[in-house]
Amino acid sequence: MSTPILQVKNLGMRFGGIKALDDLDLDVNSGEIVALIGPNGAGKTTFFNCVTGIYNPTQGDVVLTPPGTPAIRLNGLKPNQVAEKGMARTFQNIRLFQKMTVLENVMIGRHCRTNSFILGAILRNTATRQEEQETIHKSYKILQKMGLEKHANDLASNLSYGAQRRLEIGRALATEPFLLLLDEPAAGMNPQETQELIKLINLLQREGQSILLIEHDMKLVMELSHRIFVMDYGRRIAMGTPEEIRNNPVVIKAYLGESADA
Amino acid sequence: MLRVFLWSGGMEYFIELFFSGLTRGSIYALIALGYTMVYGIIGLINFAHGEIYMIGAFTSYIIATVLSIYGFPVLAIVVLAGFAAAIWSSAYGFTIEKLAYRPLRHAPRLSPLISAIGMSIFLQNYVLLAQTSDFLAFPELIPDFDFMEPVAHIVGTTDLVIILTTAAAMFGLTLLIKFTRIGKAMRATSQDRTMAMLVGINVDRVISMTFIIGSALAAIGGILIASHIGQINFYIGFIAGIKAFTAAVLGGIGSIPGAVLGGFVLGLTESFATGYVSSDYEDVFAFGLLVLILLFKPSGLLGRADIQKV
Repeated sequence: MSTPILQVKNLGMRFGGIKALDDLDLDVNSGEIVALIGPNGAGKTTFFNCVTGIYNPTQGDVVLTPPGTPAIRLNGLKPNQVAEKGMARTFQNIRLFQKMTVLENVMIGRHCRTNSFILGAILRNTATRQEEQETIHKSYKILQKMGLEKHANDLASNLSYGAQRRLEIGRALATEPFLLLLDEPAAGMNPQETQELIKLINLLQREGQSILLIEHDMKLVMELSHRIFVMDYGRRIAMGTPEEIRNNPVVIKAYLGESADA
Repeated sequence: MLRVFLWSGGMEYFIELFFSGLTRGSIYALIALGYTMVYGIIGLINFAHGEIYMIGAFTSYIIATVLSIYGFPVLAIVVLAGFAAAIWSSAYGFTIEKLAYRPLRHAPRLSPLISAIGMSIFLQNYVLLAQTSDFLAFPELIPDFDFMEPVAHIVGTTDLVIILTTAAAMFGLTLLIKFTRIGKAMRATSQDRTMAMLVGINVDRVISMTFIIGSALAAIGGILIASHIGQINFYIGFIAGIKAFTAAVLGGIGSIPGAVLGGFVLGLTESFATGYVSSDYEDVFAFGLLVLILLFKPSGLLGRADIQKV
C-alpha cells in the first residue's frame, strides 16, 4: 500500500507567460484512490494532460513505477506510449468513438495489448484468430463489469449519458492500466448515476486498481478517496485525508473566498 | 425527349456505354479511395496521390516488359507486375508522408497542402527525367477470354477484369476497415486522433498504414487502366488525380462508400456524355455535375456535414 506508483515532482507548465502549473508535487500509491480537487481553472486538467503526454511539461518530473519493474520517466513520451506503460484516462467531456459500437469502443482499448498486423489480417493465421477471440472475450468481460453487455452491439452514441460515462471507464480499463485517471467522472450525472459510479469505483478499488481522480462532487470525493490533493492557481495548497481536508482553513478559503471583515 | 435521346443508337449502344462508364468509374473509385482515406484521417488533400498512380503504371510497365522478355506466361506477368507496382507505390506513399507531411502535422492546414502540390510536381518531373517524356506503349496484359467472344462488342475482357478487380479490392478494403485491428484503429483515429492516442494507438503508424493502403489501390488502378488504354506517360497522374479527387468530393470526401459512389457517378456521366453528345464535352458534363451536386449538397452525396466537436 505504500509504494508510490506515480510520483510527480516540481511539475511546471507554462503557456507563454502564464504558469498553468507551478512546482506541483503529487504521488499515488499502489491500490490507492487519490483525488485532486480545486476551484475551476486551478489547473487540474492541465495536470492530467501533462501526465498523460498530451502536453510536454516545461519543468519537473513525472515518474511511473509499474509494479515489479524499474521506474520510467514519462516526460516527453507520446500519449500512446504512456498508455502502453500502463496509465489510462478519461475526459471531462465524453470522448467516445461515437460511430463505433459499444463493444468496438472497448476493443479499441485492447489495441496496445495486441499486435496482429495487416499480414495477419490477410492470412488469418491461428495466432491472429486467437488474438481476436481473446480481445472479444476480454472486452465483453469488461462490458459485463460496467453493466453494458446488453448494449454491446449498439452504437456508442445511442447510450444514455450515464452509460456513456461508464463505457469511457471501460475503454480505459481495456488498456490494462495499473493507474486509472478519471477526469470528473461524475460531471453531469444525476444522484442515482453518481451512486452507481461510486459503487463501480469501489469495486475497481477492491480489485486492486489504483485511481487518481479529479472531481467536483464532494460527496463522491469524501466517500472514496484515501488521500486528497488540493490545487489552486496551479499550485498545491493542501494534502491530506478527507477529514483533514474538510477542516483545512486554506482549502475553505480557496473555495469560498475570504470574507471582507475576516 | 429523353427516350429518343437514350435510344439513339439502341439498347446495345446504351449497355456498351454503361459498361465503359463502369470501367472508368472503377478506376476513379480506386484512386478516389486514397484521397478520401487520407482526408478522413489527417484532413489533408494529398495532391501527390495521382502521381502515386502514375508511378504504379510505370512500375508495372517496367516489370511487365522485363518479365515478357524472359517469356513468363501472361497471367504470371499480370500478377507479378501488379504486386510489384502495389509494393513500389506503397513505398512512395509511405515515404512522401514521412518526408513531406509528417513534419507539418501541427502546421496550419495550408502548409501540408502546398507541400502536397510540390510533391506532385516533383514526382512528375522526376519521372519525366528518369524515364521519358514520350508516350510508352503499354503491353496488353489482359488477354481476350474466349467465353467473352459473344459479348465482346459490348463489354471487352479488360473492362470486365477492371470492374471485377475493383469490386474485389473494395470488398477487401471494407472487411479490413470493419473487422480488423488495424481497421478499427483507423476508424478511431479518424474520429478523434487525441483520444485514439490516449487509448494506446500509435497514430503515426495508422497514418502510414493509410498511405500504404491508398497507394496500393492507386497502383492497382494504374496497371489496370494502362493495359486498357495501352499507353502511359509521366502526366497521366495529373488528369486521373483531378478526376478521382472530383469523384471523392462528389461522393463526400472522407467517406469510403462515397468515394466509390462518386467514382461510378463520374465515370457513367462521362461515358454517356461522350456517347450521346460528344467526347469534347465529357469534362463539361463531369464538372458541371460536380458543381450541381455541391450546390445542392455541399458535403457530397454521402458526406456528412461537419459535426461540431464539443
